[in-house]
Amino acid sequence: MTDMAILYRGVSKVYPDGTTAVDHLDLDIPAGSLTVFVGPSGCGKTTSLRMLNRMVEPTSGTVEINGQDVSSIPAAKLRRSMGYVMQQSGLLPHRTVEDNIATVPRLNGVSKRTARADARQLLASVGLDESLATRYPAQLSGGQQQRVGVARALAADPPILLMDEPFSAVDPVVRQDLQRELLDLQKRLHRTIVFVTHDIDEAVLLGNRVAVFARGGRLAQYTTPEELLRAPADDFVADFIGRDRGFRSLGFDSATVALQPVAAIVSGTGERILLGPGMRDGATGDGGTDDGGAAAGRVAPWQSAAATDPDWLLVVDERRHPLGWLPVSATGEPAPSDQLRVGGTLWHDGDSLRTALDAALSSPSGQAVAVNGDGSVAGVVPGGDVMRAIEEQRSARYDRPEHP
Amino acid sequence: MNWLTNNWHTVLDLAGAHLVQSVLPVVLGLLVSVPLARLAAGSRWLRPLLVTGSSLLYTIPSLTLFVVLPLVLGTRMTSVVNVIVALTLYVVAILVRSCVDAFESLDRDVLQAATAMGYRPARRFFGVELPLAVPVMVAGLRVATVSNISMVSVGAVIGIQSLGTLFTDGLRRSIVAEILVGIVATVLIAVVLDQLLRLLGQVLTRWQRPGTGAREAGGRRRRDTRGPGRTAGGARDATGALAAVESGGARA
Amino acid sequence: MSLVADAAQFLTDPASWSGPSGIPQRLLEHVGYSALTMVIALAVAVPLGLWVGHTRRGGGVVVGLAGALRALPTLGLLTLFTLLMGLGLLPPILALVLLAVPPILSGTYSGIAAVSPALVDAARSMGMTERQVLTRVEIPVALPVILGGIRNAALQVLATVTIVAYINLGGLGRYLIDGLAVRDYARMLGSVVLVAVLALAADAVLALVQRLVTSPGLATAGDRP
Repeated sequence: MTDMAILYRGVSKVYPDGTTAVDHLDLDIPAGSLTVFVGPSGCGKTTSLRMLNRMVEPTSGTVEINGQDVSSIPAAKLRRSMGYVMQQSGLLPHRTVEDNIATVPRLNGVSKRTARADARQLLASVGLDESLATRYPAQLSGGQQQRVGVARALAADPPILLMDEPFSAVDPVVRQDLQRELLDLQKRLHRTIVFVTHDIDEAVLLGNRVAVFARGGRLAQYTTPEELLRAPADDFVADFIGRDRGFRSLGFDSATVALQPVAAIVSGTGERILLGPGMRDGATGDGGTDDGGAAAGRVAPWQSAAATDPDWLLVVDERRHPLGWLPVSATGEPAPSDQLRVGGTLWHDGDSLRTALDAALSSPSGQAVAVNGDGSVAGVVPGGDVMRAIEEQRSARYDRPEHP
Repeated sequence: MNWLTNNWHTVLDLAGAHLVQSVLPVVLGLLVSVPLARLAAGSRWLRPLLVTGSSLLYTIPSLTLFVVLPLVLGTRMTSVVNVIVALTLYVVAILVRSCVDAFESLDRDVLQAATAMGYRPARRFFGVELPLAVPVMVAGLRVATVSNISMVSVGAVIGIQSLGTLFTDGLRRSIVAEILVGIVATVLIAVVLDQLLRLLGQVLTRWQRPGTGAREAGGRRRRDTRGPGRTAGGARDATGALAAVESGGARA
Repeated sequence: MSLVADAAQFLTDPASWSGPSGIPQRLLEHVGYSALTMVIALAVAVPLGLWVGHTRRGGGVVVGLAGALRALPTLGLLTLFTLLMGLGLLPPILALVLLAVPPILSGTYSGIAAVSPALVDAARSMGMTERQVLTRVEIPVALPVILGGIRNAALQVLATVTIVAYINLGGLGRYLIDGLAVRDYARMLGSVVLVAVLALAADAVLALVQRLVTSPGLATAGDRP
């Protein structure tokens, strides 16, 4: 295992009124990992987080950071050594965006000019335009405020980042962006991040490791997200993870399935082509691809195209982006274009089995449409192939010989 | 206490005069402010006019009004009418502003729901808008009442009869007891009226928990803020508006 | 309307503008009493309001105290203190300080107490000391409300200083009391108009200060009623 950045040793928090917020917590958090504390409200996850920067003092037990008991470090100094992002961005309303980001460096004695210059650079790294630097928090959207909150937490370049439900107050679309950006940021920066959320999907998406807390401050399970979905420790965890955990666990297996060509028709021109691996999609009709011979995208008659479903025709636009599917009659004629069925979800080669399976399940033809990075069709995979791939992965996991 | 036993009749008379001069303006001011505020709420020209006007009026010292009003009204300078008119103006100045805010901060959904249920504008006003604006109005009324009671005594300086007469008379004749009786009586009236208004407010706002009401209705709608910052900023704004009402206080 | 003309004549007569009882001298006295009062009241009320607002302890006591002080009639205090302590500057300044403290105290307290707890929490978790939380977050955010209270107090004091002439001190109220004694209504009118102009001017200046020192990020908070 890598070295541990954070150690909880027998940590409890009991409030004067007798409620137990955290109950004998033992937890090791590796350096450079993104660890998520997840659980229902009142489970002690935020309390545990706030013990790290001494916003809460434990009733018993010790919290160590890099081998040092936090209670031996002056609170203000300790807090300046780590970044903190909270649900309500907590930005100072009377200061501009750049001065907000510069807060902790300024507390540490960095000159105003340097701190502001650094702040502007940080803006870009959290996906904000530099022109926002002189705005005030009230002039920003919720998502922008959270981004500034993240930039502020990063400003003093802290090795440890504490995030307390940072994305739960923004709308789902923005939340997805923020989650993706956090993962990108972590890939670049390799901080030790402790992230609190009540959303198990967010936990599974972001965490290298997930700590599930139960009511009463008990740590119910602490493991990787894959393991959590596949083998919940008890009924509480299984219940908390909720439905579809088998399906969701597919998200951790990358789909290694072979793409197949698909018969397609170009919307507008009505031109029929074959798209997929080994097919070069030439500019048809003007003879420009004749040298491509049999590998050219053109097929005539199109029914002869191997490995595609004769009952459906994929409709694409002139850039080969998928538009939907048309049913094909017994005589081989495609239905009129007003019968176009909207296509299913799309996946990229290398995406998870979950995405591939969903693409197959949501496709009218039962075939999962894969697209290239530019959005053009890369080929299809029949649903049956995806199921076979799932079965292979399962058997590989459980039938793996104990001794090679 | 000797002085009081000999003069309780005078004290009672003056207290009555004091009460009339301070309470009548509150009632008149309320009757003027509410319709005025309703008209001004959302109006493009009346709102800034009233807000600026009331702010300016509030800046004019009461003694100035006591002396200038006889000129305008044709009253004698020692007439209580001057005090009543002057204090009514102050009450309007305090109430109009907070009532406009209260009406404008009403939840648009509630109003639309009321209209959708078939309320006519007049019924909607008395049945929905007015009750919802009560917490802010009561807060404004309490400030206005306490400040009125203090201001009425100032009239004694230019010879208008009230409990303030006990101060000027007590000073001239060097009777400490007379002044003390005046102070105690003034404070007593202020406390009793303030508590009565508080009770009235509680009775009128049984539909909400005490304390949260004024904050909600006092909040000014901010148009250009979005996102989570709004919650924090909004709360500060609302409490700030109320704090501003409350720091209005007594003046001479 | 000849009264107005007489008052105007009083205000424009060069004789009114010179000498120990001239308008400049009275204006200076008026502003001087007011400034002295405000300095003392600020020194008492602001630290108390900051402390109670920051610790959030004793808020009820402060609100109650401010309310009780507010109900005290200033004229009553002025005459009482004068009888008890004799003539001089102390009795009126004491009475005026008691007038100025409530709005400053409740403005400061409620301004600080209204700062969002989440914001204070964020400031602490960034590693600010209690002192830094107060000076860098709570005071700047509460400043519009605090200044609103101070502005209110200043106006009340400027208006009320008029009555200290009643106990034979100076200030612009001198003309009012003297005019009253000799039934010179024009001079009384001139006096109260001067006080009103002074109040309006002071209010405008304070409003400007309030606007200048308020961060644009704080938008509309702290306006007067």
